[in-house]
Amino acid sequence: MTERSGSESGPAHKTLEFGMALLIGAFGLVVIFGSVKAGINWGAEGPRAGFFPFYVGAAIVGASAINLWNAQRDDDGRVFADWGQLRQVMSVLVPTAIYVASMPFVGLYVASTVFIAWFMRWLGGYRWLTTIAVAVGMPVVTYLVFERWFLVPLPKGPFEEWLGL
Amino acid sequence: MEELANLFHGFAVALQPYNIMLMIVGITLGVIIGVLPGLGGANGVAILLPLTFSMPPTSAIIMLSCIYWGALFGGAITSILFNIPGEPWSVATTFDGYPMAQQGKPGEALTAAFTSSFVGALFAVIMITLVAPLVAGFALRFGPAEKFAVYFLAFCSFVGLSKEPPFKTIAAMMMGFALAAVGLDSITGQLRLTFGVTELLNGFDFLIAVIGLFGIGEILLTMEEGLAFRGGNASINLRVVLQTWRELPAYWMTSLRSCLIGCWMGVTPAGATPASFMSYGIAKRLSRRGNNFGKGEIEGVIAPETAAHAAGTAALLPMLSLGVPGSPTAAVLLGGLLIWGLQPGPMLFVEQKEFVWGLIASMYLGNLAGLIVVLTCVPIFAAILRVPFSIIAPLILVLCAIGAYSVHNSTFDVMLMLVFGVLGYLLKKCNYPLAPLVLAIVLGDKAEEAFRQSLLGSQGSLGVFFSNGLVSTIMALGLVALFWSAIQDGYSRLRTSMA
Repeated sequence: MTERSGSESGPAHKTLEFGMALLIGAFGLVVIFGSVKAGINWGAEGPRAGFFPFYVGAAIVGASAINLWNAQRDDDGRVFADWGQLRQVMSVLVPTAIYVASMPFVGLYVASTVFIAWFMRWLGGYRWLTTIAVAVGMPVVTYLVFERWFLVPLPKGPFEEWLGL
Repeated sequence: MEELANLFHGFAVALQPYNIMLMIVGITLGVIIGVLPGLGGANGVAILLPLTFSMPPTSAIIMLSCIYWGALFGGAITSILFNIPGEPWSVATTFDGYPMAQQGKPGEALTAAFTSSFVGALFAVIMITLVAPLVAGFALRFGPAEKFAVYFLAFCSFVGLSKEPPFKTIAAMMMGFALAAVGLDSITGQLRLTFGVTELLNGFDFLIAVIGLFGIGEILLTMEEGLAFRGGNASINLRVVLQTWRELPAYWMTSLRSCLIGCWMGVTPAGATPASFMSYGIAKRLSRRGNNFGKGEIEGVIAPETAAHAAGTAALLPMLSLGVPGSPTAAVLLGGLLIWGLQPGPMLFVEQKEFVWGLIASMYLGNLAGLIVVLTCVPIFAAILRVPFSIIAPLILVLCAIGAYSVHNSTFDVMLMLVFGVLGYLLKKCNYPLAPLVLAIVLGDKAEEAFRQSLLGSQGSLGVFFSNGLVSTIMALGLVALFWSAIQDGYSRLRTSMA
């Protein structure tokens, strides 16, 4: 469902508003379901574990129903964001997702270097020299500040093992 | 005057060289955080919280609270010089600050903003010094029902006072409560809402949520606008500062009013952002030069900055004395207390005197240090802004990942952070407020515990929340706050029908 207003085109704000209310409502149902499984009545030692979350879930479902009603009532024809903007957002989101997913395997430092380099080279259009300086410099500084100074361990992969860090 | 002696003892703690160093480091980091888009007070503090795990709690809170003051100061720099609010509470500062800078008076605007921030903060700290021990002493007598009533009041004022639609506020808040409930039930020791996922045994950590919702979400929002960025230049010299300082006392009425608005909005968890808008609006209506607002009126910088800083500081009053944070950043600080093994709430004033008074003393010193740092280093901070976003963005994302990982040394948390980031982006776009969500994750367990303990005492009767004068009053206030916008609507409708 797309709507056009002027030169901008993109998914309608209403669609997203609708989807969000549904999603939150579904989350509320999951909470209710989980609460019922944990027990929502009174046990030997008072209210059981699901007692409080059950009403929280009910409130989520109730509020979402009203939000859903409001979303379908007032439609101002706005777009959520035009496709160009969404492409920009995805161009950050997708590499970040890959970065996060690769972290358990290659460690934080290598993943960060590649991620920063990718970002600067392809989105920023920097020269290789600048790119490499920042992409290597940042993890090194991070290592010194976090692991050496504040003694906070960060995830490492085969590369750090090979370096003997 | 036992408090005065305690305060002097606090100054002695805060003035230790190590703590002074942390104060300066904190302020500097805070201003940088405030200046950079995508890094705000709440998630800046959340990212740096793991660094403090090994510090003594007093030093840790001094550094973290100074980051917060720094962020409050820093937001003004970008608003005035670039018309880009670094923080939501400095949006109102752009209205007159940016025109002033355009007219060749950036130095005046910045000096006015920083000085007003300092005045607002000082007012709020003095209020905290005087009021917090009283509130804490009073709250020591609270039973579970009163405790729950205070939480109830806090959350109801979100619904009534925030500018977002009330049912969206409720939905966001309840999601927070639900996320807080996941994992081990603290009373029965039973698992709930985990659906067999072992990573969820300990529930959702609010730090992860804060870093995701505010940090990643904000970056994604900024990306919509693209990477283009126009830089500007600024410098402040002593002559401009002194000249502006001579002008400022003429606006004492505006300052005082903004201080009061800020303190009130900060104590009730409405926060700094609405406080700054409200203060700006009222100043515009009451000022003789109100018509000039928006065209570069210095009063239009003083009003929102004073109120925002007063509110940001006052938000620590309920956190310290009741264990109910007044803003997302205060919530993160409260989470820090729990991690350092301190129990937030009135008992702090009895058991952890050194911590509480060290913090309060550091608020005086930190804001003074902040004023000096920002006045002298504005050109440096403005230069940071000229670093293009395509370098800043990946660095911030990496920092967020490091922050999320180091909370529990878990890469699962980093993925969770990304999920929260996407959620934060979508929620923000759909006008759901994020602050109540975060506060509910922090306070969910405590609110539930108070609720269930009250019901245990009364055998399940809700009458326990209206069983004595104190608890009934707080509950009634909560209900008024909950229906505040409806009451206002009804009142204005009544007036129009009468006229």
